[in-house]
Amino acid sequence: MSATLIILIVVIVVVVGFVILTYNGLVQRRLRVDEAFSQISVQLKRRWDLIPNLVNAVKGYMDFEKDVLTKVTDARANAVAAGAQGPAAQAQAENALTGTLRSLFAVVENYPTLKANENVLSLQEQLTTTENQIGFARQHYNATVLDFNTGIATFPAALLAGPLGFTKREFFEAEPEAQAVPQVNLG
Amino acid sequence: MAASTTFYSEQSANRRNSILLVLLVCLFLGVLGGAIGYALTGSRAGALAAILIAVVVGGLSAVGSYFVGDKLVLAASSAKPVSEEQAPQLYNVIRELTIAAGIPMPAVYIIQDNAMNAFATGRDPQHSSVAITTGLLNVMNREELQGVLGHELSHVRNFDIRFSLLVGVLVGGVALLSSFFLRYTFWFGGGRRSNNNDNGGGGALQLIVFVIAIILAILAPIFTRLVQLAVSRQREYLADASSVELTRNPHGLESALAKLAGDTTVMKEANPATQHLYFHNPLMKLGASEGSLFSTHPPLVARINRLRQLTGEAPLPPSEASSIGAAS
Repeated sequence: MSATLIILIVVIVVVVGFVILTYNGLVQRRLRVDEAFSQISVQLKRRWDLIPNLVNAVKGYMDFEKDVLTKVTDARANAVAAGAQGPAAQAQAENALTGTLRSLFAVVENYPTLKANENVLSLQEQLTTTENQIGFARQHYNATVLDFNTGIATFPAALLAGPLGFTKREFFEAEPEAQAVPQVNLG
Repeated sequence: MAASTTFYSEQSANRRNSILLVLLVCLFLGVLGGAIGYALTGSRAGALAAILIAVVVGGLSAVGSYFVGDKLVLAASSAKPVSEEQAPQLYNVIRELTIAAGIPMPAVYIIQDNAMNAFATGRDPQHSSVAITTGLLNVMNREELQGVLGHELSHVRNFDIRFSLLVGVLVGGVALLSSFFLRYTFWFGGGRRSNNNDNGGGGALQLIVFVIAIILAILAPIFTRLVQLAVSRQREYLADASSVELTRNPHGLESALAKLAGDTTVMKEANPATQHLYFHNPLMKLGASEGSLFSTHPPLVARINRLRQLTGEAPLPPSEASSIGAAS
């Protein structure tokens, strides 16, 4: 075997190896993005399941605030329905639900016996942690998207990303409604 | 206005410094081993053999501690496992962090102690444990607790346990080589074998190298220990920055550190072997030589100021800084 042939073979092996490693790396990152996205739905569903318990726990104490409770229940139903209508509609419905829950807890502040109720406290903590988990799940999704987008944008993987069919993913961005502070009506 | 940084650039800087420090230790090990080996045998092959032996022996003991280390540490600190029913908010706080980090839940332990502290151990996120003192749980609010636990989980995420093991192997290798060589030299009258492989000038060179080797062997353990401690401090800064990456809330951790400054209790169950794992040095009363080269953790004020940089705030004014530093 001549030296040129050996060198050629080595070069081909190195290039093929590089392509394989790059492809596998990008696939792995893309899968992480998909997983992170579905994890957000997991957290949203947790919240849907918690809300009926919360409403039941406070119902007996809050005769005068029935409309607040109704708003929460309705917003939850909307959010569940919006799950099937695509990400934009779902995000809007979920943000509306967050607003009604904040109003509910602001109102609970006015009822000392309710505030101190262990059941309510425990549910409050559960809802707090659920809200946090939704936020963190979205944050983690953005982190995986950043990782993936960086992977396909940086040299030398950038050379292969297009031909191999890898395209940028979108970050999760808060809806404009989410940036407005929810109005709490205690009247 | 103070300079503003991001936690990404903090992390890059810390990782880079850690690696440079490790390379420094490797280099030192190489030089020391080479000098000793050559001094004893007068040949390069001897130098190589000395390095390899030291690393292998040090490595075997380190590997052992890698696999059972976390159980030993937990037992040594009297940490008791706690269930979700017993500490729901603690579990929730940890769970939120694992979601942000994309890692599984660690095992959760509580230590009955009034001193405020926490540690994490485990060779990778799939085999990790976190322990918190009752002192800390009673004092911290939710976001402070999350800042502290984010720091601890980041030690696991950044594979700091593994990293400090690597550094420990290298430093241990240096200590072994040095002590073996010094013992051999002074108890057995030296190892100068006249070696006829080299030419006539070889004997003189060997003598010079021998003297250098003795000097290095005396200084080596101290020097590499200092490097090891510097690495530990870098990893602590890295864990702080990684905690902010998870929580996106520097104030939580900053507030926790400030609260820590008021804590003068020394932990009952801490010992020198595990001090580097803790959130802040459990054996050191704050203020006393806190900024020295011999501490495993950076000074609290320095950690707070770095966090303040992340939000573009000015560093602590001297009056506040000295009250934190002087607490004892």
